Amino acid sequence: MDSNGFFGNWGGAYIPEVLHQTFQELKKEYDRCRKDPAFWQEYLTLMSTYSCRPTPLTYAENLTRHFGGAQIYIKREDLNHTGAHKANNVMGQGLLVKRMGKKRVIAETGAGQHGMATATMAAKFGLDCTIYMGEEDVMRQRPNVFWMEKMGATVVPVTDGSRTLKDAINEAFRDWVTNVDDTHYVFGTACGPAPFPEMVAWFQSIIGIEAAEQIIQYHHKMPKRVYACVGGGSNAMGIFKRFLDEDGIELVGVEAGGHGAESGAHAIRLSSPDASPGVAQGYKTMFLQDDDGQMKLTHSVAAGLDYVGVSPILSDHWENKRVRFESATDTEVMQALDLTMRLEGIIPALESSHAFAGAFREVGQLSKDDAIIINQSGRGDKDIFTIAHAFEDPSWKKFIIDRGREYSNS
Amino acid sequence: MKLEQQLRNKLKEKDILLMTHIVLGYPSLDVNREIIRQMVGNGVDCIEMQIPFSEPMADGPVILKANQDALATGTKVEDCFQFAAEMARTHEIPFLFMTYYNIIFKYGEEAFIKRAAEIGIHGFIIPDLPPEMGKTFLALADKYNLALILIYAPTSTDARMEELDRHANGFIYCVARRGVTGKKSAFDHDFDNYLARCRAATQLPLAVGFGIQSKEDIDALRGKADMAVIGSRTIQLVETEGAEAVGPFIAGLR
Ligand SMILES: Cc1ncc(COP(=O)(O)O)c(C=O)c1O
Repeated sequence: MDSNGFFGNWGGAYIPEVLHQTFQELKKEYDRCRKDPAFWQEYLTLMSTYSCRPTPLTYAENLTRHFGGAQIYIKREDLNHTGAHKANNVMGQGLLVKRMGKKRVIAETGAGQHGMATATMAAKFGLDCTIYMGEEDVMRQRPNVFWMEKMGATVVPVTDGSRTLKDAINEAFRDWVTNVDDTHYVFGTACGPAPFPEMVAWFQSIIGIEAAEQIIQYHHKMPKRVYACVGGGSNAMGIFKRFLDEDGIELVGVEAGGHGAESGAHAIRLSSPDASPGVAQGYKTMFLQDDDGQMKLTHSVAAGLDYVGVSPILSDHWENKRVRFESATDTEVMQALDLTMRLEGIIPALESSHAFAGAFREVGQLSKDDAIIINQSGRGDKDIFTIAHAFEDPSWKKFIIDRGREYSNS
Repeated sequence: MKLEQQLRNKLKEKDILLMTHIVLGYPSLDVNREIIRQMVGNGVDCIEMQIPFSEPMADGPVILKANQDALATGTKVEDCFQFAAEMARTHEIPFLFMTYYNIIFKYGEEAFIKRAAEIGIHGFIIPDLPPEMGKTFLALADKYNLALILIYAPTSTDARMEELDRHANGFIYCVARRGVTGKKSAFDHDFDNYLARCRAATQLPLAVGFGIQSKEDIDALRGKADMAVIGSRTIQLVETEGAEAVGPFIAGLR
């Protein structure tokens, strides 16, 4: 990253003047923390005592046999406290908030996992907490809304625009410019104005650091490929960062193909002709936008991947070809999820299932002596309504109807 | 004539100037035309025309909704240019484009600035383009004799204000408070201190905006600022009472 927050041609900090000073302070504090080994140690201790770090690397023996190619390892970010990699970033920023002495945190959330992690951190650190969430996502991710509220956060449904993640981000910025003095915006992914992309990727880099050690321990050499899903790009950068300088390791990001690349209903920013360079939400990256520069509607079965932009760090790695980008459709994702549940007894989040779908497509072509790592960014519990609906499960439907009837009679 | 000089000439006759804001295409370009006619006819000195953007991060609910509605009815950047050209031809006062940086970036910086100069626009207000990010934009605006209006906020330090002043042109837009457009501002003691800091940091004319809604607000600025900016209030007025209400409202502000 250069001094203006650019990664090659991407990034920067296109922020309203009222936030200038706050960003100066944030940058200063972040720089101080990065240079202080004691800070990282404090972070590791917190993550190993409060979350479940190091998360395991699971050898997926049955999936490996099923595909007959490279050995499949799964990095289990789903076993983090609150059920996703989001906890890594949030706890790191929580330590920063404590140092900066702010009393209140706000956050945006798509799938609800980041909101959930932020509400958890706020409860633990005794901070006021407001979470902005698109109205559409509030409907899709009801279980997470319930937990956030139970942990004392205020969840504000956002009714503007597409009523999804990008609109929640705009609303969180509106709150921040109003309450700069006492509030920190816990940005949820490796996007937004500098230093957020770099800072979030730094906290998430713990995933790849652990995974590299674990794969050497079990497989005695580095993996051939590493797969991660890409919404904003934080779990992907988290696992990729450690491997970026290792020659011969292919890094693969899997975006949300929605109803298909040709359908117009997807969130493919880096492997799609519908995207182009732009500047919005405070940074320069590849956006799904029209010729005038207006952002387009996106679609994915996974709320956490349904975003118009992508990490500027990933745009840079796309441009310099260090990371290969693929996409998986909603249908492929449901199939990958189904297979993983049946063969391994593991329930990946719909977001993470994109990484599985991308890997399953290719793993058979690799040698049995090689290994791949799939980053399971989160667990699928939050998606139970969406998944049951997609599988058209009759007994689940009956359960919902019965419950509904019970409530409407009471 | 350059923007600063135009404003200074007007300031010889008036103790405070008025700048108003409209969102192009909201509720329609036809209504915009009538609103501008009423504004100019009743003594508005400068108008910022907002080219709608899908993500207006610095705007509050009223202007946000206006942006979304303008886009929903199909307003294109090309329509905005054609309309702006007509306004600049028709009315004597300076017009500015207000928009977010992506609109300009996507059009092409130089193409956008060149065309704005050709149709008689005087400058730009781009809330998400601080000078650090706008080095090429500032150089091009200079080349075409247009002003990129820079912004002071209550959170700006004295050093930051002086730094902004080094890049500034036309006038300085002082945001009256933390937050987004639309809410009422308190013109209290803190505010006076802030304005005094703004005054000390630059020789350029000072415009004050965010939350100015009434004659009392404008009276409170007399002698302290050179221009008052009225944004959300006229949009609300058009919604509740129609475009005809704008003229009398503006006339009542002096
Ligand atoms: C489980 C899970 N995975 C992935 C993502 C996408 O985020 P990112 O691309 O920043 O990792 C989310 C976002 O909500 C998520 O909840």
